[in-house]
Amino acid sequence: MEKITTHSGVAAPLKRSNVDTDQIIPAVYLKRVTRSGFEDGLFAAWRNDPEFVLNQDAYRDATILIAGPDFGTGSSREHAVWALQNYGFKAVISSRFGDIFRGNSGKSGLLAAEVDEKVVQALWDFVEANPGAPVTVDLESRTVSAGEGVDRIEDSFSIDDYTRWRLLEGLDDVAITLSHEDDITAYEAKRPSFKPATI
Amino acid sequence: MGKTMAEKIWDDHVVRSHAGEPDLLYIDLHLIHEVTSPQAFDGLRLSGRSVRRPDLTLATEDHNIPTTDLDKPIADIVSRTQVETLRRNAEEFGVRLYPMGNLDQGIVHVVGPQLGLTQPGMTVVCGDSHTSTHGAFGSIAFGIGTSEVEHVLATQSLSQAKPKMMAVEVTGALQPGTTAKDLILALIAQETTGGGQGYIVEYRGEAIEALTMEERMTVCNMSIEWGAKAGLIAPDETTFEFVKGRQHAPTGAEWDAAVQYWKSLVTDDDAHFDKVVTIDASTITPFVTWGTNPGQGVPLSASVPDPATIEDANERVAAERALEYMGLTAGTPMRDIDVDTVFIGSCTNGRISDLRRAAELIEGRKVADNTRILVVPGSVRVRLQAEEEGLDVIFKEAGAEWRGAGCSMCLGMNPDTLVPGERSASTSNRNFEGRQGKGGRTHLVSPDVAVATGVLGHLASPADLPPVPATAGV
Repeated sequence: MEKITTHSGVAAPLKRSNVDTDQIIPAVYLKRVTRSGFEDGLFAAWRNDPEFVLNQDAYRDATILIAGPDFGTGSSREHAVWALQNYGFKAVISSRFGDIFRGNSGKSGLLAAEVDEKVVQALWDFVEANPGAPVTVDLESRTVSAGEGVDRIEDSFSIDDYTRWRLLEGLDDVAITLSHEDDITAYEAKRPSFKPATI
Repeated sequence: MGKTMAEKIWDDHVVRSHAGEPDLLYIDLHLIHEVTSPQAFDGLRLSGRSVRRPDLTLATEDHNIPTTDLDKPIADIVSRTQVETLRRNAEEFGVRLYPMGNLDQGIVHVVGPQLGLTQPGMTVVCGDSHTSTHGAFGSIAFGIGTSEVEHVLATQSLSQAKPKMMAVEVTGALQPGTTAKDLILALIAQETTGGGQGYIVEYRGEAIEALTMEERMTVCNMSIEWGAKAGLIAPDETTFEFVKGRQHAPTGAEWDAAVQYWKSLVTDDDAHFDKVVTIDASTITPFVTWGTNPGQGVPLSASVPDPATIEDANERVAAERALEYMGLTAGTPMRDIDVDTVFIGSCTNGRISDLRRAAELIEGRKVADNTRILVVPGSVRVRLQAEEEGLDVIFKEAGAEWRGAGCSMCLGMNPDTLVPGERSASTSNRNFEGRQGKGGRTHLVSPDVAVATGVLGHLASPADLPPVPATAGV
């Protein structure tokens, strides 16, 4: 996984709440057996609408998404994270994420930055007043920032310590766990014999 | 201080605990299907890893599976490729697979309990958010993403931060004509789609204890729809009775040891819940959704709500959008909403008891002229059981379509989809925009409401149905 430290880029305001993973990528686009190529399905139902934020010139090349609360609820499909990444997104900012989506983001290297609701509003106001102006998400200092001078926005975001560390180091979760394989083997030795097996 | 049931199960599965890190939890059962596993197996191949415990892993085909023409290859080539990829992966990595055509094929969350693989006190994961279903047995069961599927395949464990604990106290008793589905829909409407976020919830109280296992599965299935990490119900005699004698259930002395352990898992009297919410089951009536998330629901006897009366700005805007998408006007009585398609099935309500109830209600009646009813059993065994009982004949005589097993119209990955603007009453779990097909409009309902709706052509409950004509059955 690529290391993430800080990212600055164009931020797109997605001014909707409860954007579930079916909206991020509908089921009909989940049939690929690779991790790539899902960008075509991203927000598929809305992409034909010329007014949709990613169809506007200023936000077309956005790498940061600023979304309303409860982003990524619903289905566990990691394809939602891949679709955002395949499109070019590096970070998503919201005041609340679906649990599984946030977990998937951490595993896949998409930075899910949880901020206070008023920060989302401030960032929406900023990017709409300054379309295409960069927003910065700094994982090291856990801050989001944008603008300069009196209009500058800077606030903290929350992400758990462990995910932050893994993202900063670009570590493979499976490799970390396999370094504790002795613990797994020891646990298996004491599992009750009444536990079921599939074979 | 005592522990909650979830804390006990959690603690019993900790492989490794270290300050500042999530716990490493052992996984007792890993269920797999064709949609969320191919990239995980690819990951194993790329890193030269194997499946650590094929004997704790089970695969089936469900999301893409057609429900008609079952003797022919899957027509959609992309779907077929995905299914064939699962078959190759299962073969290569030594994972047991129940493919199309096998007696044990079906929706993954119907298959696990049916085989007796889902038991109390377990950790169960699957790359599917409705894994919460298995919590009905008193297990910690939750959906995971594909990276985590790969992690479990390689290590049989998962790094997890311990969620907070919530109790849902269901007081009173469900009234006749009101189902487990109405209960969970009413609860989600009360707590909203984000209300359970960060919690493992334990459903408890008189009304929960009175539920059958299949009804408990309906409740736990929708835990994810209010954002909970998992939902579970204390194992009791109802649970033991359901598990006993199934293919993978323990026997003899092992059974006794298991039951003794399972009984020890019940939440201690002095356990602490971080949050307690209460709902009075006796006040609940048939419940339906009007919007585009499962929290946007009202009693069937109510009307489409007016967004202007919603205080929270985000909820208000969401409601306005939802009404536009759903093609509904505030103030319209829910019963006045005409429905094109009724879907009876899914991991929420596709079990034999759901089909029995639906058949009982539709017997001697006819599907309304402008409506169709699709009945999709949750598994091949459910289908065969229903056919043995003659339920298929009852459905077909009423004019409903009797199909093969799978996820089907719950998410429309197979050909069973709505067309734009088509309105459904569905016993499934999600009414998201486009969930059942692009532009489709979904109302979540119980099997009872589904049947009544299919017969009358508009949202309705069995109480609205005229008596069965006396000539029926002659």
